[in-house]
Amino acid sequence: MEALTSGMPFLVFLIIGTIAVAASILVVAMRNPVHSALFLLLTFLCVAVLFVLKAAEFVAAVQVLVYAGGIMVLFLFVVMLINVRSLPEERVMSAFWKGGLAVGLGLFILFAGVVRPGVYHEPKGNERDLRTQTTYRMRKVRNADGTVTERRVGRSRVVGNSEAIGMVLYRDYLVPFEVASLFLLVAMIGAIVIGKRELLAEEEESTPQFILDRAEKEKEVKEVVNGR
Amino acid sequence: MNPWMTYLIWPLIKFSIAFIAVQALVAAMNWIERRLLGFFQARLGPNRVGPWGLGQIIADPIKFLLKEDFVPARAEKVAYYLGPILPLLPSFIVFCLIPFGPPPTFAVTNNINVGLLLIFALTSTAVYGIILGGWASNNKFSLMGGLRSAAQMVSYEVPLGLSIVGVLMLTQSLELEEIVRYQEMNSWNVFPQLVACFIFIVAMNAENNRTPFDLPEAESELVAGFHTEYSAMKFAFYMLGEYSLMIVNSCLAVTLFFGGWSLGMGGIGFTTEVMQKMGWVGGLIGTGIFVTKMMLFLFMYIWFRATFPRFRFDQLMDLGWKFLIPLALANIFVTGIVLLAFPSRLYGDTVIAVGEIMLTVIGMIVIALTLVLLFKPKRPKVINASRVSEA
Repeated sequence: MEALTSGMPFLVFLIIGTIAVAASILVVAMRNPVHSALFLLLTFLCVAVLFVLKAAEFVAAVQVLVYAGGIMVLFLFVVMLINVRSLPEERVMSAFWKGGLAVGLGLFILFAGVVRPGVYHEPKGNERDLRTQTTYRMRKVRNADGTVTERRVGRSRVVGNSEAIGMVLYRDYLVPFEVASLFLLVAMIGAIVIGKRELLAEEEESTPQFILDRAEKEKEVKEVVNGR
Repeated sequence: MNPWMTYLIWPLIKFSIAFIAVQALVAAMNWIERRLLGFFQARLGPNRVGPWGLGQIIADPIKFLLKEDFVPARAEKVAYYLGPILPLLPSFIVFCLIPFGPPPTFAVTNNINVGLLLIFALTSTAVYGIILGGWASNNKFSLMGGLRSAAQMVSYEVPLGLSIVGVLMLTQSLELEEIVRYQEMNSWNVFPQLVACFIFIVAMNAENNRTPFDLPEAESELVAGFHTEYSAMKFAFYMLGEYSLMIVNSCLAVTLFFGGWSLGMGGIGFTTEVMQKMGWVGGLIGTGIFVTKMMLFLFMYIWFRATFPRFRFDQLMDLGWKFLIPLALANIFVTGIVLLAFPSRLYGDTVIAVGEIMLTVIGMIVIALTLVLLFKPKRPKVINASRVSEA
């Protein structure tokens, strides 16, 4: 029975991992972009399950929240706005498929080499990171005889996943985190600037034609009215 | 215990109980909503089938089952069939994560370290059903409805998520049970987080596509929006999904802002300890309190539907991006400052703190200002007469 209990996560890993790989292959194989997007969604969900298996619930929840709930919706939004109805009959294969295959294989070997000896195969996984953390605060405490004294009181509890990540992000690596968010902001502003319709130099400097037209018209009207 | 029992059978049993509970409540909600809408509009509502029209609860599903199941020509089959089913799944799973009663486990699953985040993650995937259904129907109105709902739900998820940050700062936990415990020991989060509660209620209405925000199915513009081409049981599935999500959101609002299963503040009143001493009776009472609060929220949903006229699309976007999100950010900022100035008390402390009182006062001022701004009579626009004479 013990073997079965310990084997259960591995079984789930096998099933979910297979689905994840198959779905990610189907993302590129599907011809209808909406179907591709749906398989990408399935891949994200499977990866979230894999995160849970490694005791990283926070990352799993954020994975679903950000990728499945936000980014994929926007993908679908764009795909539907373009709305591809007529699809090519024959399968279209990129001319560089041999090179792509080689790069993919190389990456796979690299990853396998990195992952195999790493922490991924440690039996306890992330559990060693869970530690008890005590927070102390000065506070007034009412004694048994009714007097009030200031005392240091602590609350100790096992630090969960989200607390641990919070500590690392906002205490240990606060400055790199803020710098990274600044980079993201810059990227966002850049995207908006690039995405905006570009004006020609003469368009930018001179008055737009329709305003000139309107001024002309108003002038005519004024002349007519004055001349009456 | 047998691992197959712990990992497979037992969760399945719990899940099916949650499933049946939601179904029953949704079926009842349909009748309740129609009766209440009748009441609000000074008419009777359904009252023919059975006593007080209660037979309607059974008659409606039978009607849906027996109607013709129509699939439009050139519909994208897979997505068309997936559409109504997808929004159902997350809402049922979320139901397993909500603690309905005091700890000797009334929640279906064990307490999860990131419970609240997981719930938000799951409910955020509910939008797929609407988008897919709208796109797959091969109908322009459906597509418009689906796209509208995508834009709306993505943009209102932001204030919804930001509004709970203040609550998390106070309770210092993502576990729903911890949040409820904090509230019964200190004060319900409505008071120190009044602004957040306001944002949450508005955003959860928008997330559900309920009436002030029901643009994806605006009948005066889009026929019936994303479900124009759906009939029979598939349409009923959309209804089921919408109502289950309503129930889930009500549960969340109760848990986050209104003290969950407890009926008391500052450690006084009907708290978890009192209920646990009473054994299973206490558990039942706690669940009863929770369900009562939840039903009040459902009533509020229906009341909103009967009261508010629909937004225009640009107004909807303005409200979300230009009003609710800055307000939520300001709420986080103010909460942070107050918590820094008056360090929060430890878990289990029963004295209501200065910081919480300050937050409550600030929140009330903000809400009052908002209401004044909203309901201030506007001067009608007058065409400038001087320009006419100039010409």
